[in-house]
Amino acid sequence: MLRKSTRILVAGAIGAMFAAGPAIAQQKLKIGFITTLSGPQGVIGKHMKDSVEIALDQLGRKVGGLETEVIYGDDQAKPEVGLQVAEEMMKKNNVDIMSGIIWSNVMLAVVPAVTATGRIMVGANAGASPLAGSQCNELYFSTSWNNDESPEAMGKFMQEQNINDVYVLAPNYQAGKDMVTGFKRYYKGRIVDEVYTRFGQTDYQAELSQMRAKNPKAVFVFYPGGMGIQFLKQYSEAGLRGQFPLYSVFTVDETTIPAIKHAALGQWEARFWSQDIKVPASQKYVADMKKKFGYIPSFYGAQSYDAIMLIDSAVRAVKGNVKDTKGMVAAMRKANFNSVRGKFTYNVNHHPIENFYLLRAVAGPVGQDPVMEIQRTIFENHKDSYYQDCKMKW
Amino acid sequence: MNLALVFEQLLNGVQFGVMLFLMAAGLTLVFGIMNLVNLAHGSLYMVGAYLAVSAIQWTGNYLLGVLLGLAGTLLVGMLVEVVALRTLYERDHLDQVLATFGLILFFNELVAMIWGRTALYTELPSWLEGHIEIFSGSRYPLYRALVIAVGLGVALGLWYVVTRTRLGMLIRAGASNRTMVAALGVNIRLLYTVVFGFGAALAGLAGLMSGPIYAVQPGMGELILIQVFVVIVIGGIGSIRGAFVGALVVGIVDTLGRAFLKPLLGTVLSPTAAEAAGPALASMLIYLLMAVVLALRPEGLFPSRGT
Repeated sequence: MLRKSTRILVAGAIGAMFAAGPAIAQQKLKIGFITTLSGPQGVIGKHMKDSVEIALDQLGRKVGGLETEVIYGDDQAKPEVGLQVAEEMMKKNNVDIMSGIIWSNVMLAVVPAVTATGRIMVGANAGASPLAGSQCNELYFSTSWNNDESPEAMGKFMQEQNINDVYVLAPNYQAGKDMVTGFKRYYKGRIVDEVYTRFGQTDYQAELSQMRAKNPKAVFVFYPGGMGIQFLKQYSEAGLRGQFPLYSVFTVDETTIPAIKHAALGQWEARFWSQDIKVPASQKYVADMKKKFGYIPSFYGAQSYDAIMLIDSAVRAVKGNVKDTKGMVAAMRKANFNSVRGKFTYNVNHHPIENFYLLRAVAGPVGQDPVMEIQRTIFENHKDSYYQDCKMKW
Repeated sequence: MNLALVFEQLLNGVQFGVMLFLMAAGLTLVFGIMNLVNLAHGSLYMVGAYLAVSAIQWTGNYLLGVLLGLAGTLLVGMLVEVVALRTLYERDHLDQVLATFGLILFFNELVAMIWGRTALYTELPSWLEGHIEIFSGSRYPLYRALVIAVGLGVALGLWYVVTRTRLGMLIRAGASNRTMVAALGVNIRLLYTVVFGFGAALAGLAGLMSGPIYAVQPGMGELILIQVFVVIVIGGIGSIRGAFVGALVVGIVDTLGRAFLKPLLGTVLSPTAAEAAGPALASMLIYLLMAVVLALRPEGLFPSRGT
């Protein structure tokens, strides 16, 4: 009997602890940040996580003046895992706001689940087209871009250069399709062939052999993360660099350059941001990243930094009352913070209106890796092509 | 679609196939002889790649680095067998899957801690760069040709060891009837450690050869492991010959599918339908093949005799 009553007591005590938990957590802001931390794409997640930490450092670990806890989740680049992590963050950790996510397919799975609970989701990379258009949502904000926009910029550049007979390669998933759609919106020349490869494919020799047989004038690819490393290595190894000029989006960046080094030299990219952009907030961010983590940050990180700064501005606007979702949304729409891209304006679909630049990988300081450098502006204040499908009014 | 291109794609298929074979040979032996499902085989592939890259940088000599990498993977493999896997032989497959999955996480994190999450830069020595001319106008990278040669050489060597030596006899006997081999006074534990070590070294060889082509990064092993399992299922569990044939079939089917399925479909379907169905079907092809083999020959193409 005694033992049983002891057990009940202990159970009661534990119960009381749990009951007391949320009461203490009230003054705290909890942000759930999902990215890919393990596996071949883990390096992107590292850039994003480190950048969130820099943003927190700059804010004195207080987002919007509130004691802040960021809970990081690993989606393993899989939609079902991402959804599970998101559910856990919302149910178990009771996070106030969600952010992160690299992959469009993960984003499409997670956003409905988050917004259904009345929470705000701040996307820090993936730019799935449905979310910019027909499925736009009051509670979904992006600090990156819509997938189509960077390839639109590259398409425009290649069109201006009068390049014809382009061979197009991309992985077979939502973003791959979006990228090619965007590219074709501005590139009107001949396309030799469009090839979609398996997501996460490691060997591209078969595709390269096919490509060489078609003898195109130029090649346009979208291969983010590890796929880009493999593709570029094999492209160089096959001796195609000198033969077919390569243009890319999201393929050559600060996450992949350390692994490909000189194979990156001379590579053209189109992007909304680069580490050398002349914006004070960005220069400070880049310097802090180099100082604390010892590497040059990538756009993945820059967007994540902006995501935290956007949340900070919104929490400040509602004076720490994060339950005031309406107030938070209204504040976020103003985007009143120092973005790494300079002036930050939201379009009606909660996607930024921003510039896109032509970048090139140029030789870095002696003995160091190539660095990305802005060559010129391709688009000024560019809007994505889906915002007219978005029914939101504000 | 000319003949030279088809031939080049066949070579690509064979190259992918021998890579799969090096992985599958070790895995199928471990599976067949020790009755152990080792999901962590891909980790040994990764360890091989990392050790070789480090050793090459450290010694400054490509061949020496490769040898050190191989020896290192052999040691790591034996260590893993002695420390972790030995206790798992008598457990059921689910326990083994769970434990070796844990090993995957362990190795991925360990590698990320030691070498960082960024993929490592790997360079070919200059004497391995360049191309060989097969037909006029059809170039093939020298390094990939070398991979094919090494893979076929290893296959030949394995065939010799398994069919012509005492160790091979024990391995085959172990695959057929473990209890009887142990009853005859063979130190089955030592045999297990040796077989596992060799399997690890083969995986390491695949890993270090993949370094200059693929990205050397945490989790690289899991990208190839699924295809390796397909190879083993098609070839027949525990059979080296099955692994070889299975690997070549999977390599060639996958490569040719990626290269020619879309144009082929385009001749019967509308261009948009072929555009949509081609890539999807190409990435399913080896799994469809596996399903067909399972339906017709559930034991695989070359089942190892006995159980």
